[in-house]
Amino acid sequence: MDAILLQILNGLDKGSAYALIALGLTLIFGTLGVVNFAHGALFMIGAFCAVTLQKLFSLSFQTIDETQTDFLGNPLKVETPYVEAWFGPEVGASIIDWSVPLAILFAIPIMLLVGYVMERGLIKHFYKRPHADQILVTFGLAIVLQEVVKYFFGANPIQTPPPEALNGSIDLGTMIGFDPNAIIYPIWRLVYFGFAVAIIGAVFSFLQFTTFGMVVRAGMADRETVGLLGINIDRRFTIMFGIAAAVAGLAGVMYGPLNPPNYHMGMDFLVLSFVVVVVGGMGSLPGAVLAGFLLGVLESFASTTWATTTIPGINQIIIYLVAIIVLLLRPRGLMGRKGVMED
Amino acid sequence: MFGLNKKDTGLLIIVGILTLLAPFILNPFPADSAMAQFNAGYPDLMQRFVIFGIFAIGFNILFGLTGYLSFGHAAFLGVGSYSAVWMFKLLSYNVIPAIALSVVIAGLFSLLIGYVSLRRSGIYFSILTLAFAQMSFALAYSVLSNPKFNLTNGETGLQVYADDPQILQGANAPDLPHLFGLPMRATYTLDIGAWSFDFNAGYYLCAVVMMVVFYLAIRIFRSPFGMMLRAVKSNQQRMNYTGLNSKPYTLAAFVISGMYAGLAGGLMAAMDPLAGAERMQWTASGEVVLMTILGGTGTLIGPVLGAGFIKYFENIFSKINDNVLHSWFAILPDGLEDAVVFIIHPFIGKGWHLTLGILFMLVVIYLPGGLVEGGQRVSNWFKRRKSGADDAPSGKTEPAE
Repeated sequence: MDAILLQILNGLDKGSAYALIALGLTLIFGTLGVVNFAHGALFMIGAFCAVTLQKLFSLSFQTIDETQTDFLGNPLKVETPYVEAWFGPEVGASIIDWSVPLAILFAIPIMLLVGYVMERGLIKHFYKRPHADQILVTFGLAIVLQEVVKYFFGANPIQTPPPEALNGSIDLGTMIGFDPNAIIYPIWRLVYFGFAVAIIGAVFSFLQFTTFGMVVRAGMADRETVGLLGINIDRRFTIMFGIAAAVAGLAGVMYGPLNPPNYHMGMDFLVLSFVVVVVGGMGSLPGAVLAGFLLGVLESFASTTWATTTIPGINQIIIYLVAIIVLLLRPRGLMGRKGVMED
Repeated sequence: MFGLNKKDTGLLIIVGILTLLAPFILNPFPADSAMAQFNAGYPDLMQRFVIFGIFAIGFNILFGLTGYLSFGHAAFLGVGSYSAVWMFKLLSYNVIPAIALSVVIAGLFSLLIGYVSLRRSGIYFSILTLAFAQMSFALAYSVLSNPKFNLTNGETGLQVYADDPQILQGANAPDLPHLFGLPMRATYTLDIGAWSFDFNAGYYLCAVVMMVVFYLAIRIFRSPFGMMLRAVKSNQQRMNYTGLNSKPYTLAAFVISGMYAGLAGGLMAAMDPLAGAERMQWTASGEVVLMTILGGTGTLIGPVLGAGFIKYFENIFSKINDNVLHSWFAILPDGLEDAVVFIIHPFIGKGWHLTLGILFMLVVIYLPGGLVEGGQRVSNWFKRRKSGADDAPSGKTEPAE
């Protein structure tokens, strides 16, 4: 029992990332009808927002401290980050410590802007072109974004530690009545999961309970009619593209502490996220979320020693296998509407 | 000639002459001059030109004719490489059985994947092929390299070891891939004045193979079968409504292009008897898509041009470094020189992929027909200027097939 629970928990963090990226992909596909191969790159840019902010906070100046000397008797040079100088050592240190969560605030405007520019500058011209062209141009864009990030940040993964308070693990088992040490779980993964649930909830309630969301949903169902009613639906869809980019970016920001960001993390996630979208049903938002968590948990179960000894390598291929089976047996995906991209 | 019309025969002959004379054409600069780094006439690169040319020709038979965008073609290339190396391990270093097996295995493998993937079309097809290719990559990379059943040798890559059986390997046969005793690495260097030209056995084998498959591709493009594939591309629904089952045609196209990829993989292993899983990764599949689009989808010569273009610039761009740039712009004043070098720096050397990505985007946005369409536009423009403005342009561009 506790082993099963542990595997489910283990799958949740990856599942959260899959769900968030797939949610953004589906938003874009559902509103604009565009297959965005650059979505993984947006995830990566989000992660590098956190990296950038951390670097900015850690910018420091050198002072010569006369009271301390090194072993030769020379005065020691002390590096003081600017934030510590400005806000006092304690507040400054905690700002640096909390740079990853703070990066959320930093990333939202950046990602909205990136999404807006991407849609207005590039994607807009591809609505009328075939899906193959959309795939190709966004694939090209993904390469470019990836290489730009590589140029500025190098090819190596960059450590982005979580805040001290959220580092380490807690014993979840004791809280719900299992033996101590049965379920030890890193806190940050719980944070990530909670964050993902919050974002998903926010996106859904935004679509469900606001006038803007209502118009967007109407546009997803029948773009032409909404346009004929005198509503500027293109503008709203552009904003939705920005929101989808922000969702992917936020998923990336918080993912840094789980896995040090590198420039190709987006590509790694992109393929899997597409699989998730297809499994969930192209154009279905709940389907994308459900499939994301489902596949994340499945992957975690497939990585257990029991599974890998029964079928070697099952952990590497399980997601693709599921996708192939789903596509062949139920082409519209788990929760896809009938007739949407069902060919 | 060979059942082709005049235009196609001309194209085939031109391509033939160009490939056979490639060692001369690609080495236009004297060996010791500063421009020698733009020479592409060394065996390794020339082999890559034709091998990726074959790969792209095959991909174009699927994508260019039927419009099915496969994002997993590198899997077939990898399978071809693995089968060729296994032939080296088991039989001998002779390349003929190796290449034959790689084509057959890749064909069977693509039959399997194609049969499943082609049940869907459009974006689903792309994602299915992508999933299959990534699965093959994962399998080759880790799963199929366990000690009990080592098919791919994992991260190290499959290679020939001294204790392999090689049952047909003759006592004095070369210890390298060879064609009935002629080693693939045999290179004859011809020095004329300051120039030196390399004639490599492996390159000429690849070139001859490419001529054959290029000829086959022309025949496929011109055949009723090719027409049928084009019909599928332009309107599959209508084909279905007329009562035609298009699946066998698309499947045949898929298998043919898979066999082309397998052939390319086999040749790759024949040039260098090593097969690694990274050849199957989806970025490798993306590369062949890039080549085909860049050259011109659905045209005969486009994919070969695209492959040559990408491989040439990949090689040249990666070689240029800041020192080279400084020597080029040395005539500029110092500050300006540094500025120019600073601007160009991200695009060269390791930044080649950035250049490629930008180029690719520009091509998809402005020139969906690729280099071939670009060439046609330029030539049309010249023609129009010559014939005068009143001779209204037909506006219709005939694909150069």
